[in-house]
Amino acid sequence: MGEEVILHGTWASPFSCRVIWALKLKGIPYEYIEEDLSNKSSQLLQHNPVHKKIPVLVHGGKATCESMIILEYVEEMWPQNPLLPTDPCERADARFWIKFAEEKGPAMWTVYRTSGEEQEKAVKDTLEMLRAIEAHGLVDKKYFGGDKIGIVDIAFGQIAQWLGVIEDIVGVKLLEAHKFPRLHAWIKNFKEVPIIKENLPDRDEMMVFFKHFREMLLTSSRDS
Amino acid sequence: MEKQNEVVLFGTWASAFCKRVELALKIKGIPYEYVEEDLTNKSVSLLHYNPVHKKVPVLVHNGRPISESLVILEYIDECWNNTPKLLPEGPYQRAKVRFWVNFFDHQIMARLLPIIMTRGEEREKAIKEFNELLKVFEEGINKDFPEEFPFLEGKTLKYLDIVVGTALCNYEAFHEVVDVVFSHEKNPVIMAWVKALKNHPLMKETLPPHDKFVDKMREKYLGQYP
Repeated sequence: MGEEVILHGTWASPFSCRVIWALKLKGIPYEYIEEDLSNKSSQLLQHNPVHKKIPVLVHGGKATCESMIILEYVEEMWPQNPLLPTDPCERADARFWIKFAEEKGPAMWTVYRTSGEEQEKAVKDTLEMLRAIEAHGLVDKKYFGGDKIGIVDIAFGQIAQWLGVIEDIVGVKLLEAHKFPRLHAWIKNFKEVPIIKENLPDRDEMMVFFKHFREMLLTSSRDS
Repeated sequence: MEKQNEVVLFGTWASAFCKRVELALKIKGIPYEYVEEDLTNKSVSLLHYNPVHKKVPVLVHNGRPISESLVILEYIDECWNNTPKLLPEGPYQRAKVRFWVNFFDHQIMARLLPIIMTRGEEREKAIKEFNELLKVFEEGINKDFPEEFPFLEGKTLKYLDIVVGTALCNYEAFHEVVDVVFSHEKNPVIMAWVKALKNHPLMKETLPPHDKFVDKMREKYLGQYP
């Protein structure tokens, strides 16, 4: 696999980080291109004409889009340090949780982006998501992947850092340790994994960035 | 002694997501037991097998449950690793197929509810968006799978055929109950694909009968009972 690997991403995006974590866990060398989303590169627009979003992985000139689809591609292309189990039932279970993360994850971003009734509903949805994970996803397991992190841990990475940032900025505590003991323990364990620890965006920088971005969003929605 | 391959599918007859799984099982020639669920009175088994969502379809294979239609399809393809394969072999082609199935489910099919819930100008706008997204889909599939597309008579059904067919083959029922959203003029390539899919014997066998489906849609979307 001597072909060039390029990742188009943004430093603060949890979706971009998912791909970085997977590449680093597998020891795959890659070139990283930081995109300015207000001025997207021509390569990004060429490689993801449908959504024009990051992350995009370009391998040997061929582009793959959508973070979890990229992860399955990376897993199949570079099988070392597997992120998915080998047993088909366990793989199906992992994919179930990936779908869950993709379907329910956006609620926490709705908490971040909105106010009033819409935000209240998003808070409820986020709590429901956390309850389901707490009750069914981490039973007797240190990580979603078992004894070591896997693709589901990566999929839920947003909960480990971005959720906390959202909580601080919006001023609402969703993931209370005593209500979600398993998730709380998982966050601590996940962030201690060396590759994750070394590749999480700086929390203070995230606070500045997301605070500023939220102010812009709320101002523009008030003005429109 | 080899363990019996026991396959049970919990589903509802009108759900495209359930039909996806049925079709996949038939394509692979996998014998299964079908359990029709009453969603107003879900069985203890369903609640036990899918505690997170309590939804159909659920496939139970030798007692182990799998939920989410696309997850089930990939599971079936992996477990019954014989021909015909539902997904392509190469990682890049698999990524492409997953991308377009994702697009179909989350962008295209998500546009049906806004059409159902609106009237007049708002509905016209929603239908236009639906057609534009179908166009993006047509062009994308054409570009990424030039040999596979469009679906030809006599070909084996694959992952994309299953997803598109179970969603769109009953378009006439949608037209009768809600509105005309899908035409040869606006989306000729997909229309040709869907018409070819409708003629496939396994698709004919799997899809819900038209009149029964129309009644069900009237009940669901218009609150009208036969």
